[in-house]
Amino acid sequence: MSADQPLTVLVAEDGAADRLLLAQIVRRQGHEVVTAENGEQAVALFAERRPQLVLLDALMPVMDGFEAARRIKALAGEALVPIIFLTSLNEEEGLVRCLEAGGDDFMAKPYSAVILAAKIRAMDRLRRLQATVLEQRDQIARHHHHLLNEQRVAKAVFDKVAHSGCLGASNIRYLQSPYALFNGDLLLAAFTPSGDMHVLLGDFTGHGLPAAVGAMPLAEVFYGMTAKGYGLVETLREMNAKLKRILPVDMFCCALLLNLSFQRETVELWNGGMPDGYRLSAQGEVLEVLPSRHLPLGILPPEQFDDTTEVRPLAAGERLFLLSDGVVDTGDARECLFGVERLLEVLAANRDPAVLFDEVMQALAGFGGQSRDDISLCDIRMLPPDHVVPQAVVYSDSGRSSPLDWSMQFELRGESLGRFNPVPYLVQLLQEIHGLRPSSGKLHSVLSELYSNALEHGVLGLDSALKRDAEGFAEYYRQRAERLGRQVHGSVGIALRVEPQGAGGRLIIEVRDSGAGFDVERLSVATPVEQGFSGRGVSLVRRLAGNAQWLEGGRLARVEFQW
Amino acid sequence: MADMHIDQKVLSDLREVMEDGYLQLLETFLEDSERRLNQLHEAKDADELGLAAHSFKGSSSNMGAVGLAELCQQLEERVRQQSLYGIEDLINRIDQEYLEVQRFYRGERQRIAAE
Repeated sequence: MSADQPLTVLVAEDGAADRLLLAQIVRRQGHEVVTAENGEQAVALFAERRPQLVLLDALMPVMDGFEAARRIKALAGEALVPIIFLTSLNEEEGLVRCLEAGGDDFMAKPYSAVILAAKIRAMDRLRRLQATVLEQRDQIARHHHHLLNEQRVAKAVFDKVAHSGCLGASNIRYLQSPYALFNGDLLLAAFTPSGDMHVLLGDFTGHGLPAAVGAMPLAEVFYGMTAKGYGLVETLREMNAKLKRILPVDMFCCALLLNLSFQRETVELWNGGMPDGYRLSAQGEVLEVLPSRHLPLGILPPEQFDDTTEVRPLAAGERLFLLSDGVVDTGDARECLFGVERLLEVLAANRDPAVLFDEVMQALAGFGGQSRDDISLCDIRMLPPDHVVPQAVVYSDSGRSSPLDWSMQFELRGESLGRFNPVPYLVQLLQEIHGLRPSSGKLHSVLSELYSNALEHGVLGLDSALKRDAEGFAEYYRQRAERLGRQVHGSVGIALRVEPQGAGGRLIIEVRDSGAGFDVERLSVATPVEQGFSGRGVSLVRRLAGNAQWLEGGRLARVEFQW
Repeated sequence: MADMHIDQKVLSDLREVMEDGYLQLLETFLEDSERRLNQLHEAKDADELGLAAHSFKGSSSNMGAVGLAELCQQLEERVRQQSLYGIEDLINRIDQEYLEVQRFYRGERQRIAAE
């Protein structure tokens, strides 16, 4: 009778005849045998030969089997080395001692070869099982360690991407559960060249790394296009197209994207699938709910994607409160949801914006909901224009190749007016001129303002007087979208002229539209306060550029920058 | 007569298991038993006596010396129960029984050696 796999078996027995007999029985079963006469020898032999199984006489001189068993088990560590006690101990107490010392089985004298073979096989099965369990445990531990490490690296990489923006700006307060990233929540913020602020709160479907992976290209588009001066509409279109292209069908990204214009005291926003946002007064009253009006990003093909944004006035001190669905969808033990009502109660009860997040989290905890780890809260405050810290821009070239004597002009007509935003291209072109670089924010603001004035008032004939209040704003932008949607007749021409002047130079910008013009004289007498939102941006342009004129009955705006 | 002292089934199993080592087993048992008997006679206390009886019981039973094993077990139990009355007599009976077992195994040894 031979074993499947030969083992090394230690036989420790003080009776010479018994030892001889036992060794022969075990050897005949195909195993290798090492023998010891007492406990001390047994422990030493175990350390030296590392047998897989031990047959141990209970009562031996020098060191008895109980002590030897304890030492052998200690030496074996986590591996299971089965110990079969050889004993003719009849009384219960002795058997209990064998087990307590670490024995796994007994074998009584006289020895039976058949029973011993069966016991060795049974013990060998146990031993293998334990070895497999240990091996798998170590494998799981290694995989787990590996996974954690990957997540740490992924998070570190993502944090670099996500925190290259301006989440630390003084007007932004946010709270994200530590591993919200791996639940697909995403919060990005960055200044535009003109000093506006873009913020994105997103929530990818799914969890874990797949959700985080989608966030990377989204962040890249967000930062890249914001830095280049693209508006929300272009950025949204690009984000949607990119996610649609790269994400699997069942994955998409709910997102709320907004542009905070400190100069105009307005907010432009687009909500696709996120929970309602809130426009709050300085005192924290809810002025307006900002619901989702669109499908999330990454669902619709580019030609069906709706990039219509909404614009609202937002006075200095007023705030926007944004959240991810982890807040309202937190459920209690009976799967009852925290819901919007409870959130509004918290908002109404809040007296100090600084503790609003704490109050929301307390309310969630008090609600008894299971704490979710995908909660994002964001509170953004409008600042007066002069409180916004300008961003230092780093240029990589020396500027020595600046072109200083040139002019160009081009004209946008028909449908191109609604689809194409020329401002980022023009600003990039003008950045080639070293002397203009410190003013690129202003240039961006002025060009944007002149272009949108020419388009909205000149070509589309929209009445800026509409923008007196929030309702008027909504109506104004509704009309704008409607008119752009129809066939557009007319054109906007932009001319740039750059001339050297002594050590510096000057830039003349002319923006001409095909519209009816306006009463330039009336503008020059009205005070900035009366103009309010309806000032056709004139006061803004005048504030940013020293030399601004409106000619040809208001159809031509002319601005000069010098350096 | 031998059947009272030796279990023939155990004996035949031993022969089969030990193969060529059978002779060596017989010699080892005979030597070992002398040592056990000495331990019985020279035990200084109950523990030593009990341990010697226990070991002699184990090896006797392995060798199929059922009578000897039975007497050793009686001795072991008497020692444990600390009823030492008549212990001398029991040890004498063990001596007597061993003489029978010794005679049998010496005969067995001669028979095997002659083969």
